[in-house]
Amino acid sequence: MTKKLIVDGKEIEVEDGTTLMLACEQAGASIPRFCFHERLSIAGNCRMCLVEVEGMPKPAASCAMGVGDLPPNRDGSPKKIFTKSPLVKKAREGVMEFLLINHPLDCPICDQGGECDLQDQAMAFGCGGSRYAENKRAVEEKNISPLIKTMMTRCIHCTRCVRYMTEVAGVEELGLISRGEDAEITTYLERGLLSEMSANAADLCPVGALTHRPSAHAARPWEMRHTESIDVTDAVGSNIRVDSRGAEVMRILPRNNDAVNEEWISDKARHVVDGLKAQRLDRPYIRRNGRLEPASWSEALAVVAEKLKATAPDRMAAIAGDLAGAEEMFALKDLFSRLGCRNIDCRQDGAKLDPKLGRASYIFNTTIEGLERADVILIVGSNPRVEATVLNARILKRYRQGGLAVGLVGEAAALTYPYEHFGNGTSALADIAASRHSFADKLKAAHNPVVIVGQGAAARADGAAVLGLAASIAAMAMAGKDPEWNAFSVLHTAAARVAGLDLGFVPEGGGLDTGGILSAAFERKIDLVCLLGADEIDMAKLGPTFVVYQGSHGDAGAHRADVILPGAAYTEKSATYVNTEGRAQMTAKAVFPPGEAKEDWTILRALSAEVGTTLPYDTLTALRASMYKTAPQLAAIDQAPAAGIDGVVALAKISGQVSAEPLFSPVRDFYLTNAIARASAVMAEMSALKNSTMAAGRQAAE
Amino acid sequence: MLTDKDRIFRNIYGFHDVSLKGARTRGAWDHTKVLIDKGPDWIINEVKASGLRGRGGAGFPTGLKWSFMPSDKRKEDTGDKRPSYLVVNADESEPGSCKDREILRHDAHLLVEGALIASYAMRAHTCYVYVRGEYIREREALQRAIDEAYAAKLIGRDNVHGWDFDIFVHHGAGAYICGEETAMLESIEGKKGQPRLKPPFPANVGLWGCPTTINNVESIAVVPEILRRGSSWFSGLGKPNNTGTKLFQISGHVERPCVVEEEMGIPLRELLDKHCGGVRGGWDNLLAVIPGGSSVALVPAHECQDLTMDFDALSKVKSGLGTAAVIVMDKSTDIVKAIARISYFYKHESCGQCTPCREGTGWMWRVVDRMARGEAEKSEIDKLLDVTKQVEGHTICALGDAAAWPVQGLIRHFRDEIERRIDTYHASHREAAE
Repeated sequence: MTKKLIVDGKEIEVEDGTTLMLACEQAGASIPRFCFHERLSIAGNCRMCLVEVEGMPKPAASCAMGVGDLPPNRDGSPKKIFTKSPLVKKAREGVMEFLLINHPLDCPICDQGGECDLQDQAMAFGCGGSRYAENKRAVEEKNISPLIKTMMTRCIHCTRCVRYMTEVAGVEELGLISRGEDAEITTYLERGLLSEMSANAADLCPVGALTHRPSAHAARPWEMRHTESIDVTDAVGSNIRVDSRGAEVMRILPRNNDAVNEEWISDKARHVVDGLKAQRLDRPYIRRNGRLEPASWSEALAVVAEKLKATAPDRMAAIAGDLAGAEEMFALKDLFSRLGCRNIDCRQDGAKLDPKLGRASYIFNTTIEGLERADVILIVGSNPRVEATVLNARILKRYRQGGLAVGLVGEAAALTYPYEHFGNGTSALADIAASRHSFADKLKAAHNPVVIVGQGAAARADGAAVLGLAASIAAMAMAGKDPEWNAFSVLHTAAARVAGLDLGFVPEGGGLDTGGILSAAFERKIDLVCLLGADEIDMAKLGPTFVVYQGSHGDAGAHRADVILPGAAYTEKSATYVNTEGRAQMTAKAVFPPGEAKEDWTILRALSAEVGTTLPYDTLTALRASMYKTAPQLAAIDQAPAAGIDGVVALAKISGQVSAEPLFSPVRDFYLTNAIARASAVMAEMSALKNSTMAAGRQAAE
Repeated sequence: MLTDKDRIFRNIYGFHDVSLKGARTRGAWDHTKVLIDKGPDWIINEVKASGLRGRGGAGFPTGLKWSFMPSDKRKEDTGDKRPSYLVVNADESEPGSCKDREILRHDAHLLVEGALIASYAMRAHTCYVYVRGEYIREREALQRAIDEAYAAKLIGRDNVHGWDFDIFVHHGAGAYICGEETAMLESIEGKKGQPRLKPPFPANVGLWGCPTTINNVESIAVVPEILRRGSSWFSGLGKPNNTGTKLFQISGHVERPCVVEEEMGIPLRELLDKHCGGVRGGWDNLLAVIPGGSSVALVPAHECQDLTMDFDALSKVKSGLGTAAVIVMDKSTDIVKAIARISYFYKHESCGQCTPCREGTGWMWRVVDRMARGEAEKSEIDKLLDVTKQVEGHTICALGDAAAWPVQGLIRHFRDEIERRIDTYHASHREAAE
């Protein structure tokens, strides 16, 4: 049903459920607000959004008042709403004055300055001066997190942070204590927030009460250049904005994308920034007499080229890491296939995902947005809270709407919503697949069932069989339902993985996979291994092999390397990443790589010329054109095309012996999952804090 | 003056037996089944016809409020399976008010019986009585009455009245704001007592999201008597639109402060003279009264002469009947300091949820407090008045209004007194200033 309204003389028609605020905005009026936020519940406490409604003695809080709740006019004429009347102006000035009487005038030293709602709205709606002659309130600062700096005297009690932590992050750790003007936002026990996405609360803070501690006092918002990019610290592909000043990345902020991350990012995605400046490989190195010594590009490339030329194709191998962009993986695969080598793999964790089965067998078919329609979710061998924090928030969002049942097979974890636990081992999977389990009935009865399979299930010796079981459960759950709905969803943890599988960066025609490469290297059957940012393999297993490491950070791979080719981090290049749902997205170059480091595809292009098998592309555009011929889905930027169910059916046919070993999440420490995060002091501090808090909790429990 | 035969609270002073047996001898629980058998519509219409207005302060017609609750038919038509609830507000915290206390102590059976009838009329099987945190003995007295009623099968499952009915006492923790009806619901639900946004109103979305009506103790306790004697008896007392009897609570500078049941619309002077032995030092020694508890504006002596105690007459003098808690102040009163103390109370009890009240109550108190000492400028009086207007009507609940009205009343009637103080203060500090 729709309802007519006259907003400031302009007649509009709106749906009955619309709030007055949205109706006014539809009519082109702008309504100031502090506490209201589209993605949080309505609090109605700041009183900034008051508007005048014809026939009502008091102004109404437009954020909370539904159009349907307005009493009708006696004569049936549309209600008149005034957003610019003297009454409204006076009310806004009044609220503004009240907000400011106890707010410190420290804008010049406040990090929020320049992007502060209070500052902006005081300019737009305030009355210029203050009539308050009493002493101002001072509030003790709170130690709530190494990531969030507090200056609680600035707090205007809008409770956005409290609602965010409770409703989105899913940890009830922030609250409002005391009453009246003594009310304070605090963690009740002054304990650090134990959430992987706590820093968004500081974004939501409309004033400078909560600001980002790691970037405190470093830069002003107007000094920074904004570059729209993509996060690579997990496989969600959160949309980010990289703010840089000169050659330095100052901070990373979330960018809105309703299909992916809404407007949240994980703490790792945001505060990995200092890791971009530490432990950087800024020049080539060659190992001489056991020591890595600086070298020039021509020296380093010559050494590698010579080695490549001297090695038989079946005695060399390449492994791509978790942060590699599609372009460099394509170039590396291209180079190695031209050299005749089939020992390539992008699955450094040994996941048994096989792109030959079809794309549906290795992507998150349900899509992240699709989770909002799910009614039964079975999680297999995954802890989405640490593997894909923002995706986990989407499940919580769905849970809060009611009517969602979640089951978990695998290691029990503190997810932010309740779930039924069906044991750490795999035994429940076979029971569900054979309909011997009560959850099988739930899945069958569901309208939109989802089976989330984590890398904890895929990256095992029996991974293929576990995946097959999960796919058959998904196929069973989907049977006879909406053909558009695909229940099988693989949750990746590596940003590079889906693109790697799309490009076929896997061994073909008898080539060795990661496990095979490592054992062959250990047995001296392989003489040369190229690591494209691969740091998460067991370097000890490489034995005496000649190791070429191309990457941005001095982590495990660089320590083991015989030649280091310094590459660019994701903020320093334009690269394609495909997220877990198969959505291709592109990063953008915010700053230049440090020192002599270069964009990765150019390194491989230069190497190919040195080897004598020059890759046929001189520009990034030409490379991409070539890449899109191999994997056309990478050209569909920002889209997650449906992959059909053939891949799931094919996967479901795979059976095999499943061991009873427990399923573990591959993410053991959320803060230290990749080379950039491991170089970050902030992440190290968070990791230590989390471990000590958990240890203290365990001690207390004992 | 109310005659003894028209009194509803016949044991308000606790002179008689408070047990079920004693209450029965005074007429409680008499033919309750007959009343119930007449059906919910009859009960609601009788309450409407009696003209009973809510006794908690706002004076909203009780019968009308009850009719907002979904009837069986409406629930059936809409497929609404939610239960309905009655919540009785016994969080009597308004400074000056002390009537519910007496009902809980001495006439609790009237409340229990009224709760059953009201719940039945509103199709509620469950009633919560939210008792003020400081009312410990009162809670015990109420619980005793409830236990007696359960034991006698008057309430509970399969009771003699044929309407399953449970009544629970919820003990507050001493926050004034929990007397606000939606904050009370939050508190019963186990959350922090902060008022909810309205709409939705509790009759639609109340306790645990279910239809709920919140009534004052007195409003509920008078219902059985109204039904037994007929609505015309009740509406015949008092004045039109201000019918029935009312418990008045007179405190302050009278010879004998007391709680007394009287007809609505009784002249203030008669109330004070007949029941309280008059104003201390004689009627001419009167400075002002606060007629309805601390939240209403004061009425100066010259307007008290012919003042009658009812909703309409008091709103005409820009005050209110409130809970009929009459605070009498004679000429020895430091009126500015008195209002400053009330301001402090509201500053202390503001829940802190919404901006105007959280920030405004503290501001108002600080300024009035300075004015009580004279440490202010005359221009600040208008500024203060403006601040009260910025609070009034801009808040989620009525606490903001309640904090603003006493200050507005002070400035309206005693501006000269404030100015005199400021002058005195400035005169005595002139030397130092120079």
